[in-house]
Amino acid sequence: MLEHYLSLATKAVFVENIALAFFLGMCSFLAVSKKVSTAIGLGAAVIFVLAITVPLNQVLYGAFLKQGSLDWLGLPDINLGFLTYLTLIGTIAAVVQIVEMVIDRFSPDLYNALGVFLPLIAVNCAILGAALFMVNRDYTLGEATVFGLGSGVGWAIAIVALAAIREKLRYSNVPESLRGLGITFIVVGLMSLGFMAFSGISL
Amino acid sequence: MATTQRDVLLDPLINNNPVAFQVLGLCSALAVTTKMSTAFVMTLAVMAVTALSNTAISSIRNWIPPSIRIIVQLTIIASLVIITDQVLQAFVYDISKQLTVFVGLIITNCIIMGRAEAFAMQNPPGLSFIDGLGNGIGYGAVLMAVAFMRELFGSGKVFGITVFPLATEGGWYQPNGLMLLAPAAFFLIGCLIWGLRSWKPEQIEEDFHVGALLEPGHEGSVR
Repeated sequence: MLEHYLSLATKAVFVENIALAFFLGMCSFLAVSKKVSTAIGLGAAVIFVLAITVPLNQVLYGAFLKQGSLDWLGLPDINLGFLTYLTLIGTIAAVVQIVEMVIDRFSPDLYNALGVFLPLIAVNCAILGAALFMVNRDYTLGEATVFGLGSGVGWAIAIVALAAIREKLRYSNVPESLRGLGITFIVVGLMSLGFMAFSGISL
Repeated sequence: MATTQRDVLLDPLINNNPVAFQVLGLCSALAVTTKMSTAFVMTLAVMAVTALSNTAISSIRNWIPPSIRIIVQLTIIASLVIITDQVLQAFVYDISKQLTVFVGLIITNCIIMGRAEAFAMQNPPGLSFIDGLGNGIGYGAVLMAVAFMRELFGSGKVFGITVFPLATEGGWYQPNGLMLLAPAAFFLIGCLIWGLRSWKPEQIEEDFHVGALLEPGHEGSVR
């Protein structure tokens, strides 16, 4: 059992890194990766939100939206599957809002570090993407927790690494029109190539 | 700021392309481009959702309280994406299966939120519809260009029709497997932006402004 979770976590962090293999959360991935310190802040916020929303969405999906999940209400014929997207995004937006308020109330320091990133996260495709993968692959609650946490860690590693590379890149002589976005894409491509070396690894 | 309808429609194609210049909507732009057919369906879906969500948000823009506008926008967009998803499942089931989670991810496609925030909240519905359409086409153009390269060099086909007969099937073309993998999409978009900016040097950005997009107080910072 533990092995299963371990292999799922490795897969989520390295082999199927949501940023580098599935291109999720690219907008903020490229925009907030200029400095390592901000990248760490956003990465931590993403880990935090993913670890909460993926399991929560799993519970909601399993209890209300899945085919035949309304049996316990005596309504086996009703399939609310078409509400999946709305539920997932609603849950994410609500959780982000609540997390923001809770952090603000109990830990001003953490709020100062993560606060600015939280509104960005509600519309980060990495969060919705992980929830949709969870639905697609039919994960159980345990698997969903491990997957959410693993995906968050993978995304955070990727953005911190990219920020570190871009800090160094400032000193190199890049062709005029390739500067900025163009070279960033090529760097991300090379990183993605590097992460492919992990494929085939299973614990 | 473009004012006439023609400018609003054509501006996002080259001068102000949402993918290449505004760095929006990349999440899905890269993942669905291994084949032209999926990229084409994705383009149509995004175009429909951007145009309709812009129209809907623009027509109620004066009644949306600023503090909850993001939730309102998300709800409208999510509903439109659900409709799009149901239509795709009904008419092109195979392709909708191949697109997997990326149809749902249109909800968080930054182009749609970005246009809703930057354009539809300030302009009348008719113009917003055209703006949505234009941005959808601009997004689609990049998507199709990348998909064309990846499908042609990765599997020797265009829209599933063989152009370069593969060596494995008795032809002469040895496919480039890298094209079908994730890194190729990054390289291609990087080179595309490189090309576009060599041609139009004024597009070189001072700074990324997409990050400021959804932070309060930065409305309209997207050009």
